[in-house]
Amino acid sequence: MTASNTLLKSIQIQVNGTHQHRLVEPRTSLVDFIRDELGLTGTHVGCEHGVCGACTVLLNDEPVRSCCMFAVQADEMRVTTVEGLAPERGVMTKIQDAFCEKHALQCGYCTPGMLIACHALVADNPHPTQDQVREAISSNICRCTGYQQIVDAVMYATQAEGK
Amino acid sequence: MSKSPFRFIGKHRRAVEHKRFVVGQGHFAADIQIQGMLHVALVASPYASAKIKSIDVSQALSMPGVHAVLTGQELRQHTEAMLPGVDAPQVTRYPLAFDVTRYAGEWVAAVVADSRALAEDAAEFVMVDYEQLPAVIDPQEALLPNATLVHPAHGSNVIFHRHFVWGPVDDDFSKCDHQLSYRVSWARNATVPIETFAVACQWNDSTGILDVWASIQMPKFPDQMAKALRLSGNAVRVHFDVDVGGSYGVKRGLKHSVLVGYLAKKLGRPVRLVEDRLENMRGGDMQGPDRIFDVTLGFQNNGEIKSMRMKAVDDIGAYSGRSPLQLGKPVGAIVGPYRIKSVSYDAMAVMTHKTPQEAVRGFGQAPTNYAIETGIDKVARFLQLDRIALRRLNMIGKDEFPYLIPSGTSYDSGDYDTVMTKALNAASYEELVKERDALRAAGQLAGIGISTCLEPSGGNSSFEPLFNPKNETTTWMDSCLVRVDLSGSVTALMGTSTSGQAHETMVSTVVGEVLHREPDSIRVLHADSLNALPSNSPVGSRMAIMLGGAAAGAAKKIKNKLLQIAAHNLSVSLEQLDYEGGHVQVKNEPEKKLSWDALVEIAHRKFHKLPQGMEPGLQEKFVWEVPTGGMLPTEDGRVQMYPCHSFESHVVLVSIDPGTCKVTVRKYVCGHDCGVMISPDVVHGMTYGGIAHGLGAALMEKFAFSPEGQLLAGTFMDYLLPSSAEVPAITIVDHCTPSPLTEFGQKGSGEAGYLGSPAAIASAVNDALATQGAKIDHLPMTPQAIWSALNDVKSRA
Amino acid sequence: MKAAPFDYVRAENLAHALDKLHDSGGDAKLIAGGQSLVPMMAMRLARPSLLIDINRLDELKNIEIPATHVKLGAGVRQRDLEFLPQLHSHLPLVRKGMQWLGHEQTRNRGSVGGSLVHADPSAELALAALVLEADFTLESKSDGQRHLKANEFFLGPMFTAVSDTEALTQIDWPVWQGPHVGASFEETAIRKGDFAMASAACQIQTHEDGRIRRISFGIGGVDGTPLVFPELAKSLEGQVLSTESALHVAHVAAQSSQPGSDMHATAAYRKHLAQVLLSRALLSAYAEACTNSQASNIT
Repeated sequence: MTASNTLLKSIQIQVNGTHQHRLVEPRTSLVDFIRDELGLTGTHVGCEHGVCGACTVLLNDEPVRSCCMFAVQADEMRVTTVEGLAPERGVMTKIQDAFCEKHALQCGYCTPGMLIACHALVADNPHPTQDQVREAISSNICRCTGYQQIVDAVMYATQAEGK
Repeated sequence: MSKSPFRFIGKHRRAVEHKRFVVGQGHFAADIQIQGMLHVALVASPYASAKIKSIDVSQALSMPGVHAVLTGQELRQHTEAMLPGVDAPQVTRYPLAFDVTRYAGEWVAAVVADSRALAEDAAEFVMVDYEQLPAVIDPQEALLPNATLVHPAHGSNVIFHRHFVWGPVDDDFSKCDHQLSYRVSWARNATVPIETFAVACQWNDSTGILDVWASIQMPKFPDQMAKALRLSGNAVRVHFDVDVGGSYGVKRGLKHSVLVGYLAKKLGRPVRLVEDRLENMRGGDMQGPDRIFDVTLGFQNNGEIKSMRMKAVDDIGAYSGRSPLQLGKPVGAIVGPYRIKSVSYDAMAVMTHKTPQEAVRGFGQAPTNYAIETGIDKVARFLQLDRIALRRLNMIGKDEFPYLIPSGTSYDSGDYDTVMTKALNAASYEELVKERDALRAAGQLAGIGISTCLEPSGGNSSFEPLFNPKNETTTWMDSCLVRVDLSGSVTALMGTSTSGQAHETMVSTVVGEVLHREPDSIRVLHADSLNALPSNSPVGSRMAIMLGGAAAGAAKKIKNKLLQIAAHNLSVSLEQLDYEGGHVQVKNEPEKKLSWDALVEIAHRKFHKLPQGMEPGLQEKFVWEVPTGGMLPTEDGRVQMYPCHSFESHVVLVSIDPGTCKVTVRKYVCGHDCGVMISPDVVHGMTYGGIAHGLGAALMEKFAFSPEGQLLAGTFMDYLLPSSAEVPAITIVDHCTPSPLTEFGQKGSGEAGYLGSPAAIASAVNDALATQGAKIDHLPMTPQAIWSALNDVKSRA
Repeated sequence: MKAAPFDYVRAENLAHALDKLHDSGGDAKLIAGGQSLVPMMAMRLARPSLLIDINRLDELKNIEIPATHVKLGAGVRQRDLEFLPQLHSHLPLVRKGMQWLGHEQTRNRGSVGGSLVHADPSAELALAALVLEADFTLESKSDGQRHLKANEFFLGPMFTAVSDTEALTQIDWPVWQGPHVGASFEETAIRKGDFAMASAACQIQTHEDGRIRRISFGIGGVDGTPLVFPELAKSLEGQVLSTESALHVAHVAAQSSQPGSDMHATAAYRKHLAQVLLSRALLSAYAEACTNSQASNIT
C-alpha cells in the first residue's frame, strides 16, 4: 500500500484551547501531528514505543503517551500540551515555577512530559505525598535529574501555600 | 558560620535556561524547521559481518517523495574517512558501509524523502544483497591467534595495547604479606539520553557555507566535519545555540553529520536526520565501555595496600572513534584516593563485530572506580578488617596535597576522610547497620555499600599523546568573550554547546561575581563555530573550571579596563581606587567617583577621555590553556592527566528479596567535594542524575548481544532505564576543598555520582551476598545474576 | 519509527466494525486504546491495511454486574475497571492484578479487551482471566456470536482464538460469592510497570474452619500462555493450607512450565521465580481468605 492510496482524514481537535481542523494521514501519530502540523514543538519524541513518556500530553484532561496514538484517534477530543499549561503568556503555573525554583530539570527534554504528568497528578490530588509523586512520574524517564529535584518541586508547589 | 567570600557564587539561583524549557520553548535540533527541508531514513545491515554484493536502489528511488538514495560507495569517494583516536590508520570508518558491513545495525544506505515516513517506506525497498561472513563477537575469541579479523588491513583485532609500569611493582609485591586477585566485568551500557541524535544541514552555494544544527557534544566537531567533507574550516558553521537534550558524553554524531552535510550539499536542499530509537540503539554508535578487569592487590597484614597490577580489556566494537582513549583517562586516577605506591596497568582495546562505542560520562573512570573499590572491599573481607577503617588507613590525608600518584598525575587538593565521614554521618551509619540487621532478621538479604572515588575534572588532551605518540596535542583550551554594550548591559559569549549543564547560568554568575553586576542581567549566548573563540566542548567535567575560568578572565580584563579609565579620569593611581558594584571611587573620597554608566559612556563614546592607546569600547576575550596542561607524557607513560580532583563518597543500604533476588535500594547518601560550587543547584542536580545513571549501570542496563552478534536490547523494552520507582530518595552532603588552580577554587563535577555509584551499589550487594557465602563481580546485578550467584554457592555446597 | 501507510475508519457501531472486518479479508485490525498495537505498528511489526477504530463504541463499554458475574464490554478502559466501585468486593484478584498493569498513562487509553487479545504471556489480565475461568464472547459478521472459556481463548504467545474477522466483545468474570474469599497477585519485573519475568495469581475461598472450599491459581510469563492448574488446585480442596503444601504445589506447578530464556531471565530462573511467587501467592491469598469474613459481593 503506497502513500497515494491512503486518503487523508479530516479531524477536529481542540489543542490548548484552540480549535484545529486539519487533514491528516491516518498513520501520523498524535505527537507528530502536534509537532509538525501544529508547530507545537514543546512536546518531544523520545522512543516512539510508549516507554519514555517524553511525549505525554493531556487528552481530555488525562495524561497519555501521544506516540501511542494516531492523530485520527483524537478527533473531537481536547489536547493540552506543555505550551497550554499556563493560563497566559508570561505567566507560569505553580508547578512550572516550582520546577524552576527547585532545579527540577537540566536538559529540558523530558520536562514537558514530566510537567504534564505532574499537573495531572495535582489536579486529581492537590496534596500528594512524596511516594505519590514518585508513583505519578514513574512513567516518565529522565536521564539528567535522578528525579529527586522533580519530587522536591512538586512537594514545594503543593505545600507552599502563600509562599 | 563564616560569611561567604562571594556575592553570587555558591548561592541558590534559578537557572536561566529553565524559563524556556518549562513552557516548551526549547530549541532542540528536531524543532528546527527550514523551508524545503528533506528527511533521512537509514537502511541497516542485519548481519554482524557481511559482504555487500550489490545494492539496488532503483525501486526505492521510484517511490513517492524520494529525492535520493545514497550508498557508501558514493560517500567514500567524496568524503574523508573518520579515523580512530589511536594510531590505527587502517581502521577507517565512513557514515555508510561500503564493501563490507561490520556489525548488525551498521548503516548501509540513506534514503532522502519529503518526510521521514516516506523515507522509511522507501528504505524498505532498498535491495541489498549480502553475503554473510564469519563474525567474531566474543572479545576473548577476538584475541585468539586465528580469529576472524574485523579490519583485516589492520592485521589484528587489537587496536590498542600498552603495558605501563609505574614504580617498582614487582619489588613492592615481593615485600607484601598478601596478594589478592580478582576479576570484575563492566557490561556495555551508556548514558542513553532521551533525545536521540538529530542533525540538520543546509548548504548555501553563494556563500559556500554549510550550516549545521545538531544535538552535539563533541570536541573539535566543526573541524572534523570540515575535514571529512573536504571543506575549509571556515566553510562549516555549527550553531551551538541548539539545545541538546542530554548527552553525558555520547552525542558525538560525526558520522550522522557528515552524512547529512554531504546530502545537503549534493541536493542543494536542507536535509535533516533525526535518529529513531531503533537506529540510535543499534546503529548510532553510542554504546559505552565494555570492560573486563583483572586486578591483583598487594597488601600488608595491617591493611596497607602497597601495589596494584591492573589489566583492562575493553571490547570497543567494530569501529573506533575516541573510545579506546577511555582506557587512558583513568590513568590519571589509577590508584583512586589511596596511597598505593606502584602500579602496573595493561590496557587493551579489542575490536569485535558489534556496535561501536562512544565516550560515556567519566570516560572510563566509572568502570575503573568499580574495579578499584571492589578490591578494597575484598581486602577488607580477606583480612577481616572493617571496610571503613581500611579506607581510612589507605586514603591520602588532607595534608598530603598536592599528591603525586605513580602514573604522574598530581591531585590538587582534597580531604577524603572528611567527605567519607560526612557521608557516614548523614547516613547515620550506626542506625543504618541496625536497619540492615533488622532486615536480615526479617528474612531479607541486606547490605551496606561504601565507595570512595575520585572524580578527575578539568579535561585535558593528555590521553591522546599517551595512547598515540604521533598525536602531540597538548592544547585543551576554552574561551569566553565578554562585552559591555553602550547601554551598559553585559553579554558573554561561549563557543560550544550545552546539554543540561546550565552554562548560561554558570557564566552569568561568574561574570556577575567579577563585575559586581546582577547575574540575571547578564546575557550569555552561544556563538556559532565561525564566530566562536576556541573551545573543547563540555567533556571531562571541565566547564566550571575552563569556561568559568575564561569567563572570569575576560570579566577581569573588563574590570581592569574600567579601573584604568577611572584612574585616568580621576587622576589617581589604580591602587587608590575601590571597585564596588561596577562603580569606581577613590578610596575614602566618595565624591570622587565614576559610575558604571559614566565609565561605559567614556569607553564607548568619549575617546578624548580614554587613556592613550586604549581600545575604545568594552569587549575582552580570554582564551586559556587547561591549568597543569601543555606537557607531553614521559617515555614510561607518566602524565598529568586532569588538573583538578573532585571526590565522592557513597553510602548505600540495599535489600535483596531472597526468593526473587531483586535488589531494592533503600537509602542513599552521597558525600561530595568539588571545591567551590559556582551553582550549587546545578552541581547537586548533576550528582543526583549521575547516581541514577550509576544505579542503572549497576542494576539493570546492558546492551546485550546474542552469540551471533544481534543486539538484544534494541528498544526500551529491553534496555531498562531506571524510573523514579527504582531510584531512591538521595541525600547529598557537601564538602569543599578548593582547588588552588582555579579562579574561585572550583573543581568540575559533571560526572559526579556516576563515578562512585556503581561501586557503592556493588559493595552493598556483595555485603548482602557475603552472608550466604556468595559474591557477584559483574554488572548489571539483575535478579537473574544474583540468583545465579546464590545458586553457585548452593551447587558448590 | 513511522507506521506503514494504512486506511482508517471509525466504526459507527459494532455491526459496522464487523462488517469492515469481514470485507477486509483478514487484513484489517480493530483498534481500541492502541497501547500495544500502535508501538508495534511504529516498528512495522504490524502492518494492517485498515484500522477500524472501536474505541468510542458504547456498545462495547457496558458494565453489568448481576450476582454471579462482572460482565465487561471489551472496550471498557483499564482505567475505568481500576476505579470500578465493585472491583474490590467482586473481583479481588483482578484488582490486585491491576496494581501491576502498566502505568496510569497506558491505563488511560488501554482497554480490557485490547490487553486480552494482545495475549502477552505475562499479561496480568490474561492470567486473571484464566484463574477465574472468565467467559469470552466473540462475534463476527459471518458466524455471529460464540463463547469461549479462557483456556480456549489463549492459544499461544500473542496468539488467541480470535480470527481476523472477529471481535472480542465481552468478557464475563465469575464472582466468588460468600465470605472468606482471598486473592493474591505476585509479580517480578526489573522495573515497575514492565512486563513480568514471572507472575503468580491465586484466589481462595475457605470454610469457617480454614479448610479450603474453593481454589484456583496460575502462573504467567513462564510459557506460551499463562498456566492454570485445576487438578493441582482440586488436590488442595478440603484441606488447610500449610507452608509445606503451598511450597509443594508451587514447585510442581513451576516445574511443569516451559519458560523461554532471554537476556533478562533464563528458563531456570523463571521457573524458580514462578515457584517463589506462586507459593507466596497461595499463602497470601489463603491468609486473606481466612481473615476475610465479609461476603464477597454485596448487591
